[in-house]
Amino acid sequence: MKANPAGVLTGAHFLDGDQACCEGALAAGADFAAGYPITPSTEVVERFAARVPTVGGLFIQLEDELASSIAILGAAWAGKKVFTVTSGPGFSLMMEHIGLAAMTETPCVFVDVQRGGPSTGLPTLPGQADMMQARWGSHGDYAIIALCPNSPQECFDLMIDAFNLAEQYRVPVLFMMDECVGHMTEKVVIPSADAIEIYPRRFTSLPPAEYKPFKPSPDGVPEMVKAGDGYRFHITGLTHDEQGYPAMTWRAQEKLVRRLVEKVRKNADKIVRAEECDLEDAEVVVLAYGITSRVALRALQMARAEDIRAGLLRPIVVWPFPEKRLRELAERVKAFVVVEMNYGQMVYEVERCAGGKTKTVLVEHGGGTVHDPEQVLTVIREAAR
Amino acid sequence: MSTAPAVQAAINPVEPFLRSDRMPHIWCPGCGIGTTVNCFSRALVDSKLDLDKVAIVSGIGCTGRVAGYLRLDSFHTTHGRAIPFATGLKLANPELTVVVYSGDGDLIAIGGNHFIHAARRNIDLKIICVNNFIYGMTGGQVAPTTPVGATATTTPYGCFERPFNLPFLAESSGAVYVARWTAFHVRHIARSMVEAFNKKGFSFIEIISPCPTLYQRRNKLGDGLDTMKLYKQKSVIKNGANTRDVDIAFGGEIIVGKFVDIERPTLHQTMDQQFRQVLKDRYAGLGGRG
Amino acid sequence: MPDSPASASRSRKFRGMVHINWDRCKGCGFCIEFCPPKVLAFSESYNSHGYHPPYLTNEQGCTGCDLCGLYCPDFAIFGMRVPMETSEAEVAVREG
Repeated sequence: MKANPAGVLTGAHFLDGDQACCEGALAAGADFAAGYPITPSTEVVERFAARVPTVGGLFIQLEDELASSIAILGAAWAGKKVFTVTSGPGFSLMMEHIGLAAMTETPCVFVDVQRGGPSTGLPTLPGQADMMQARWGSHGDYAIIALCPNSPQECFDLMIDAFNLAEQYRVPVLFMMDECVGHMTEKVVIPSADAIEIYPRRFTSLPPAEYKPFKPSPDGVPEMVKAGDGYRFHITGLTHDEQGYPAMTWRAQEKLVRRLVEKVRKNADKIVRAEECDLEDAEVVVLAYGITSRVALRALQMARAEDIRAGLLRPIVVWPFPEKRLRELAERVKAFVVVEMNYGQMVYEVERCAGGKTKTVLVEHGGGTVHDPEQVLTVIREAAR
Repeated sequence: MSTAPAVQAAINPVEPFLRSDRMPHIWCPGCGIGTTVNCFSRALVDSKLDLDKVAIVSGIGCTGRVAGYLRLDSFHTTHGRAIPFATGLKLANPELTVVVYSGDGDLIAIGGNHFIHAARRNIDLKIICVNNFIYGMTGGQVAPTTPVGATATTTPYGCFERPFNLPFLAESSGAVYVARWTAFHVRHIARSMVEAFNKKGFSFIEIISPCPTLYQRRNKLGDGLDTMKLYKQKSVIKNGANTRDVDIAFGGEIIVGKFVDIERPTLHQTMDQQFRQVLKDRYAGLGGRG
Repeated sequence: MPDSPASASRSRKFRGMVHINWDRCKGCGFCIEFCPPKVLAFSESYNSHGYHPPYLTNEQGCTGCDLCGLYCPDFAIFGMRVPMETSEAEVAVREG
């Protein structure tokens, strides 16, 4: 279906990533958000708080991130399209409810504008060190989808994709921005509502007597209902059967948790997305995401000027990871160079995909500012030898 | 009478509200939680609410299991977070009567911050707190309600922390309806629940209830029945009592009654009014675009 | 049946009856203790979980007030009022 024009600010704008992220959420149809102030993410909800009463829906600032991250789940079960926004310490507090959202298959979007960590770290400066936390931060086994924009335009575009993926697969979708992308101001073109495709909520058409809240459709995703419609359904964070009732057995665990993991794993080919640049003849493949990909691109241009055959692979969807493409490339390239603003996170995924067939080099950075392209170029030069 | 009377159909009044396929429940013999559920079912009947528009939210713990046993839209959430989940549910659909049914540990210890803020906002939630003075599900640890001197597994030499006086906490945080009963006061509980359902705003009902397996046994207070008899003996009904004066001491009297019943605009009303006033015809309503 | 002033009163037209869901009972004794006319007692026999459910000691004494039902934490008993002439067999109790 097409986007509701009420939330779509069609036109060319000069926005920072946080503001564009908010406009993306509005265009996607988000009509409920809860949040707690935290730098450098707060501008997203500040804008949402100002805009949403004029287009329909509401924002509430709650007492902490624990409350915000579960209030959105409550609103989702009342039929809303929901998201919350946070950074570093707040992201840590939200982990339990990412788990609850995964377990109860609640469509929702969690935005994390990454800053330097650990702990309070660098509130106003960038980091990319929450990438593994995004995937594994809540306890237990589950799967999520995570996207990583590298410009304000993508903060808008991908936010719509984030909501669509959340609805299609009924998983929490993590929107992994960073402080640079969040605070960088660029031109953002917002198309007309009829050019925006929206994946509607998968409401059941079954009557209450025949409906089972966790009975999967062929793609592994169950159909949803909302409170107040007479279904008298039950939702729990406990391991549950198809009826939604607690089931404390290994068999129930196996059936449910396997499905939660597989609905992303088995659909990974449809979900995975990456941008490729100069990979056709590349001997060295640079992998970078978010703001770091823009630094890597500069290093790439410098390498090409030196006749080094280097290319860029930029995961746009970071979880699930573009494994298949990396395995293909591992067969023929000299090296993978992973540039990320941490001391090694996605590099482990790359190493795993390389499977010993090609070397993997990390260009690490503790955060607080971006890499120097020269630093990346030096590693590319070395790797190309 | 010349003709045989028609066969009478009969059903336990609580039964239509239960997920009968989940019975028997997990609560111990002599636990008072099930008793409060009876009261809840009678209150739902008396209040004539459309049951399709009643949602129940629980946290974690013994009382946290209530949501799972009731044939309503029911949500068993995370430990301490029933109130913020309910906040999202209620704000997203104000037509729902949203009841939060949970224990003292869940609502007041781990969930205490949400409790005071929800009361401050006066969001229209009906909070039913079954207080057994202890953590039941995890095996008898000290709670923020455990009276000084009572023992728990983590205060084996007696509790030395001052407990919360829940009605006082609720009132001072902004609740518009506050009542306390014990599990012995079944008809009073049911009546208070009806009043809370009809009230607009943050309503709080504390129900003191036996935990024979942990609190009573550990403190040599007998079984569930002994406790119910003790409640009958030690309770003093003081409607309108100053909540400041309703602390519970170990072995002391229990002041019960309806303490607070006032009017104050709800969160939804103040939010809606503010936007209406400031945004005028630019205001698109809180209803969303779904 | 002609309505005399006396038979118009509730106590004459209706009688009380309790229904016990034998296997749900956990033997807490709440119903027995708080029964206003004191017409319930523990039975000698055990249910499948090893508890002694209550039984009605005096059928005439039960007023059908359902206080037992309101107290029972296991949803195992309830009281009802039926027309005076109704026998146990004429009451179809729906369980679950």
